[in-house]
Amino acid sequence: MSILNSKIPEGPIAQKWSNHKAKIKVVSPNNKRKLEIIVIGTGLAGASAAASLSELGYNVKVFCYQDSPRRAHSIAAQGGINAAKNYQNDNDSVYRLFYDTVKGGDYRSREANVHRLAEVSPNIIDQCVAQGVPFAREYGGLLSNRSFGGVLVSRTFYARGQTGQQLLLGAYSALNRQIAEGGVKMYTRHEMIDLVTIDGKARGIIARDMVTGEVKRFGAHAVVIASGGYGNVFFLSTNAMGCNCSASWVCYKKGAFFANPCFVQIHPTCIPVHGSQQSKLTLMSESLRNDGRVWTPKTKEDAEKLRKGIIGPNDIKDEDRDFYLERRYPSYGNLVPRDVASRAAKERCDAGFGVNSEGKAVFLDFKYSIERLGRHTIEKRYGNLFQMYEKITDHDPYTEPMQIYPAIHYTMGGTWVDYNLMTTIPGLYALGEANFSDHGANRLGASALMQGLADGYFVLPYTIGDYLADEIMVPKIDTNRPEFVEAEKAAVGRLENLFNIKGKTPVDHFHKKLGQIMWDNVGMARNAEGLTKAIKEIQELRVEFYKDLLVPGELKNVNPELEKAGRVADFIELGELLARDALNRNESCGGHFREESATDEGEAKRDDVNFAYVAAWEFKGVDKEPVLHKEDLVFETIHLTQRSYK
Amino acid sequence: MADIILKKIYVKVWRQNSPKAKGKFETYTVENVSQGTSFLEMIDILNDQLIMGGKDPIAFDHDCREGICGMCSLYVNGHAHGPDTMVTTCQLHMRRFTDGQTITVEPWRVGAFPVIKDVMVDRTAFEKIQQAGGFVSVNTGGVPDGNTIPIFQDDAEEAMDAAACIGCGACAATCKNSSAMLFVAAKVSQFAKLPQGQVEAKRRAKAMVAKMDELGFGGCTNTGACELACPKSISIAHIARLNREYLVAKLAD
Repeated sequence: MSILNSKIPEGPIAQKWSNHKAKIKVVSPNNKRKLEIIVIGTGLAGASAAASLSELGYNVKVFCYQDSPRRAHSIAAQGGINAAKNYQNDNDSVYRLFYDTVKGGDYRSREANVHRLAEVSPNIIDQCVAQGVPFAREYGGLLSNRSFGGVLVSRTFYARGQTGQQLLLGAYSALNRQIAEGGVKMYTRHEMIDLVTIDGKARGIIARDMVTGEVKRFGAHAVVIASGGYGNVFFLSTNAMGCNCSASWVCYKKGAFFANPCFVQIHPTCIPVHGSQQSKLTLMSESLRNDGRVWTPKTKEDAEKLRKGIIGPNDIKDEDRDFYLERRYPSYGNLVPRDVASRAAKERCDAGFGVNSEGKAVFLDFKYSIERLGRHTIEKRYGNLFQMYEKITDHDPYTEPMQIYPAIHYTMGGTWVDYNLMTTIPGLYALGEANFSDHGANRLGASALMQGLADGYFVLPYTIGDYLADEIMVPKIDTNRPEFVEAEKAAVGRLENLFNIKGKTPVDHFHKKLGQIMWDNVGMARNAEGLTKAIKEIQELRVEFYKDLLVPGELKNVNPELEKAGRVADFIELGELLARDALNRNESCGGHFREESATDEGEAKRDDVNFAYVAAWEFKGVDKEPVLHKEDLVFETIHLTQRSYK
Repeated sequence: MADIILKKIYVKVWRQNSPKAKGKFETYTVENVSQGTSFLEMIDILNDQLIMGGKDPIAFDHDCREGICGMCSLYVNGHAHGPDTMVTTCQLHMRRFTDGQTITVEPWRVGAFPVIKDVMVDRTAFEKIQQAGGFVSVNTGGVPDGNTIPIFQDDAEEAMDAAACIGCGACAATCKNSSAMLFVAAKVSQFAKLPQGQVEAKRRAKAMVAKMDELGFGGCTNTGACELACPKSISIAHIARLNREYLVAKLAD
């Protein structure tokens, strides 16, 4: 019997959220004024939650490590946001979005959460339009849509190739209004370095002021983690340089279970790695697969000539090109889900058909759509992406195909939450990419923005009331309590410990080493042997890290190396848990591909008998094995089948 | 893609340990940099060198490294975001530089953006301008369906042109008057083109301009330097629209 209570409401799937809302408690306006909430992170989830909670009357303290909430990495999302509006009359519906998301996630997400997500998705679009988000429009003045991978309808709303930016600026503007009105106190350039619990409940945080180096205490009646994912555990990813897992990780170490860490999304269309000095990878939006065709040469001879620069892509005739996605998956073609497209690219490159000097790239070609639609249309749809590509690679994608390769992009796993988005620590919530619940083993394109805003605008503002209604008698949290003093002391101790090692190796070297171990053994294809090896190597790396780390500068000043050291210390521990989880899950599903579990055609083979569960890990100590708790996934509405996009 | 290596470059960079400390230029040598390396990756290499040599690395702002978050800044060889056009510093690549070249790196020099450390500056002033009126006053929930109000496609496109601002501060840093007009205009103009922004148009234009003045940004003398420096090529036509909005608002007083 699992100790995890997901609190999924009773009733038919379409009525669960309504039934739940009718039953949960509500806090009165005069009591909301007395309650404080801390929000960590200002991406779509954090900013939308903070603004909405403040509008309701709560006192909100918001923290971000950047110099402005507008810089959170949601800003970089390009392609769009899904919503079940059915504006295109193409038979879309809440049910279809729900079904697509559960199937896209390879049946490893929680049905009830996903249905709720689909239900509130139309409200998100309305909200953003009301805020002045300049979505793309048709000549008639109505909202425009495009298609994304893994679906057969057009339900993706977009603002050129900058949808994340525009949605975030919308949430940011709502947040700014609350800051101006005094409901939100904003702390920029502050990093959460510990969670404070009192009598088992989340009651505050310890944060480091990244300008002065001062470590401070902040109290609240509830704490909300909206600090994003952990993709940077691989060092090279499409995440921003500062993206980190530390807020989630300190919560894990204080008792919040961490779920499905092995579910990591590898995005098929990124600019390939170039040289050894690279610091990050750049995504080319999935929306490009609407109009671009993916191919490699049909013959190894042509691939070899491309690699050596003897011929260019345009020298290869149409009949000598292998449009392998269209060949293998005729019904979805270039719009198969991300995990499928990534593995197919890897398969072609591993088989010797890669097209760049390293043999690790395939083509994404717009020749055909430019012929069909004209350059102007393509420019209007993807102009900023094409410009970005040209600036980075010095090649013009209007005249020759883009080179792309898969890269780490998004993490479906995260802090375990129940239906109310509460973690296993009472009063601690996790939203957006930081939680695990909605995307299963693979996230569909344009669903991250949807989930972040759904959680922040339309889920948490309701569900948090159910908890806070019982907290109205609790006075303002006194940060002089011993729990705060102890947490601060421990956090300062960890910083001093890192700072005082005074070894010989800067933190980036460890981060790169960790990334290499992860990519080689815990990347696109995993097996028991490699995973076991990775666990051992990560443990050794951790020992070396604490022996030989060199952090320069001062503790009480701006010190990016100290910030990175703290984050990499956590990434090393998370990397080990990720590998453990991948080793435990001896099935292939979504982004998690175990070589031991594949069909004869090389497709992922799920094992529903043994693995239809959420793996939630409980921390027991850095040198101790974590304990696995299983939340069985019950599918009442959708029948489990082997996923097919053929 | 043949990789050309810059054998030696000289990086002359502003060093200043804290807001109150006196700053000065220091020159460092960096060897064997691939032209495919981004400018900030070159700084990473230099910082690694400094740390290994027992020195304090250069503090600089950066995050997404794909030209959208607006966190990176830097004046490179006398240009905001470097000599390339329509890019942020993080998208600038070493192929823009030659072997043996000296590259001068400075922080934004704007009175309202004090230096925090080295080439990292405090852009809180931009936050305050946005808080003064850069929003439509709607709460979450209770809004009409997204398709209730049709919007001319050209208007939506123009609003998007303005909304592309990333808030990096290059405009103010480039302006000889340290004016933040392009930054303010981008937000005012975005809302001016959309029906949702009309209700509060007058209040918004007045409040944002007043806050900009209060924070010590200079006035606009129409040199157009900001538009050239803007990594998102935001047009000064938006400043004209801001002036119109502001005038209309003031006349209504």
